[in-house]
Amino acid sequence: MTTQEILSPAAQVAGEAPVVLSVRDLDISVRQQGGVKPLVIGLTFDLRRGETLAIAGESGSGKSLTSLAIMGLLPPPAVHVAAGSIIFGDVDLTKLAETKLQAIRGSRIAMIFQEPMTALNPVMRIGDQLVEALRAHEPLSRQAARTRALEALRAVRLTEPERRLSQYPHELSGGMRQRVVIAMAIALRPDILIADEPTTALDVTVQREVLDLLRDLSRDMGTALILITHDMGVVAEMADRVLVMQSGVMVETAAVGQLFSAPKQAYTQALLAAVPRMGQGREASVKPLWRPLVSIRDMVVTYDLKGGILGRTQSRVHAVEGVTFDIHPGETFALVGESGCGKSTIARALTGLVPHQGIVEFDGETLGSTPAARFAASRQMQMIFQDPMAALNGRMRVGDLVMEPLVIHGIGDVASRRARAEALFDRVGLTRDALDRYPHEFSGGQRQRICIARALALNPKLILADESVSALDVSVQASVLDLLAELKAEMDMSYLFISHDMAIVENIADRVAVMFLGQIVETGSSAQVFGNPQHSYTRRLIDAVPHPDPSRVLPVRAVHASDPPSPVRRVGDPPKRLALRSVGSGHLVASEA
Amino acid sequence: MTAVDTAPAAPPPVEEGIWTRLRRRKLALLGLLLIAATLLGAIFAPYLTQFDPDEQLFEGLSITGAPMAPGGMFPLGTDLLGRDLLTRILYGARTSLIIGLLANGVALLIGTFVGVTAGYFGGILGGILMRLTDLMMAFPALLLAICLAAIFQPSLWIVVMVIATVNWVQTARVLYAETASLSQREFIAAERTLGAGHMRILFRHILPHLVPTIIVWGTLGISTTVLLEATLSYLGVGVQPPTPSWGNIIFENQTYFQAAPWLVFFPGLAIVTLALAFNLVGDAFREVLDPTQRGRT
Repeated sequence: MTTQEILSPAAQVAGEAPVVLSVRDLDISVRQQGGVKPLVIGLTFDLRRGETLAIAGESGSGKSLTSLAIMGLLPPPAVHVAAGSIIFGDVDLTKLAETKLQAIRGSRIAMIFQEPMTALNPVMRIGDQLVEALRAHEPLSRQAARTRALEALRAVRLTEPERRLSQYPHELSGGMRQRVVIAMAIALRPDILIADEPTTALDVTVQREVLDLLRDLSRDMGTALILITHDMGVVAEMADRVLVMQSGVMVETAAVGQLFSAPKQAYTQALLAAVPRMGQGREASVKPLWRPLVSIRDMVVTYDLKGGILGRTQSRVHAVEGVTFDIHPGETFALVGESGCGKSTIARALTGLVPHQGIVEFDGETLGSTPAARFAASRQMQMIFQDPMAALNGRMRVGDLVMEPLVIHGIGDVASRRARAEALFDRVGLTRDALDRYPHEFSGGQRQRICIARALALNPKLILADESVSALDVSVQASVLDLLAELKAEMDMSYLFISHDMAIVENIADRVAVMFLGQIVETGSSAQVFGNPQHSYTRRLIDAVPHPDPSRVLPVRAVHASDPPSPVRRVGDPPKRLALRSVGSGHLVASEA
Repeated sequence: MTAVDTAPAAPPPVEEGIWTRLRRRKLALLGLLLIAATLLGAIFAPYLTQFDPDEQLFEGLSITGAPMAPGGMFPLGTDLLGRDLLTRILYGARTSLIIGLLANGVALLIGTFVGVTAGYFGGILGGILMRLTDLMMAFPALLLAICLAAIFQPSLWIVVMVIATVNWVQTARVLYAETASLSQREFIAAERTLGAGHMRILFRHILPHLVPTIIVWGTLGISTTVLLEATLSYLGVGVQPPTPSWGNIIFENQTYFQAAPWLVFFPGLAIVTLALAFNLVGDAFREVLDPTQRGRT
């Protein structure tokens, strides 16, 4: 690190603070058949008290391995620290015995993982887990530990902390669980807190709350924070200093302001360029024709929850409650909302994966629910799923997978199907010899291209893209989105694009519908919804998106986590239908209570 | 970025046949060899030994009427009636192989059918099938086997049928759970959206994923069926004496284990070796058929 850096005010403060962690020439390797493969090479950085250091990078960059190395949690026996040192205080963590590490781990250096549900023991009450964590490191009585646990839960701004102590993890929402994990991490007032993708599994409004909380905690307690993330928006909002990694090597390190305004390395520049940015929405590229391609009227999807001795329906999940919208030919229509809002259920209902009520018209004809009608509809409508690895049968060659829809619909013979698959692979940017390989031999982006090729095989009129780029790295995400846009123009298709990512939706959608608890709260052109949001929920969603711009001033808020509203209702008590009123040229907004 | 994303994942792997990949596994070859040896021994038993399996040899007993220890004329010794043990084990391999392969195979088929049907379709059909499975599980298998064997005239084929009706239950249970979870996986949903029918999904997409489990249960089942046959024979409802099977040789002689250990040791060794051989081969097949394991040894 050079001393000539232009430091942001926060970083300057941190610059004077003592160094708490010093990583020098760290090499992490994995033992494999045929030798040792380096995963992280020559990593060097310092962490100062009260500072937030973001380690940013795409999958496979070695950022998580670095954090595991600091915790002494590298998966034995294959992955190990090959060289270098991690100096914490005056001890080298890489040379410390496991028993000594245990004393440090959790109390002096704590870690927050990505998925709060897996980080908590599902059969232990929250309070017991907190107490256990405290008493493992400090000689406290049960009562004293309980008091400390309660304090920690208050510190992470959970409502009704006393009640939370006696609850089990599954009774809490994802955001509340992550707060509990944070409470557990900070209860012992560690010197260093490592957060590995702490908000990746959370909804955007919850992410905002958790990020605010982490920032406040590290400021109030003087804890040094290592934030590991792929999201440059989160980096910009949280970090004092940024360390960019690629394939195990540090590419660039700089103060956050400098990195975003003047990135030195080509990789950093490319990474920043690929990040989708929020603006004011964009004008629709297609003018609606008189007849929509898909017309959904009053779609309702409910699931019965049976219970009691007689197995009667006691309550009902109202996943989709009276949704109405049209998709016009050549249009990209986006459904946006947080998890559980029913956006994916709509796609599953359209493809016949879940039964629904209400009328769906496709190309002017009412879509029947008979198997024959569904079979015919499957030629016109294809779905691209979120996780391409899960959506591809791992025991089949990708060529066979791409030819599968042709076989199912009895189109062509072996040779012509093969030719079609080759042409599709050419189009989506994969080589022809890849046809004979298996899904696991490809990268995430390549797999999603395979899924796209399969979806295109039948020349559908509508593609349902359900979070299709959410699992991909940001640079790959950009190239897949480009491909989707090109294909739409070439093949005259429409997209129903389902996403939780406001920035992506804004960049590709012609028209948008914002969903909340199974209903549409606002719909209109991208420019209308993003440029002039009318509903408070839409505004909340837009405000919550982290911007890749460190100079943006954040509103000061302290949000307390409470129980989120639930789509589960008792039988005979359906949710209130929201009435949509027009605020001009197709911009519809739900009235608010 | 596009260049990085679309570059080939790895150098194209060399295509190898299943046989080539199987041959590289030394242990699997050993297993195949042992199975082949057992098969040949069973088929060519009359040519491999000079005795008849049921013949009570005068030379087979000592002056005091005790069985002969291994060595000399009787490489594996003789039993209490003076019959040559090697001969009986060779002929017994016929019975045990038929039981182990056929009874186990039929049980595997029934179990797979019930488990997969119940797991995939679920609902009322699945409920009925699985309650039936639970019932079979709760019912003492041995008692059922004895009842069945008592109703029908005891013979080798009845024993095969009886073992098959009793032994499919565990396979059905395990495959039910696995199929139910597979059916929820996204690639099955993806197949549905492509318009694939039930048969296509079941045979092209679900069954290939169940192959490892089926192989494991199939190979484990061989030793349990051989032993179950032995139990039935011991209770007098299995293969009728004097026809030898590995199981009934052990049970006939187990009380004399202290005095004549070879009478239990050699047939036991045969059962263990055969079960191990099938396990080795099954294990290798499981790996060879899994595309994610290709290129590894």
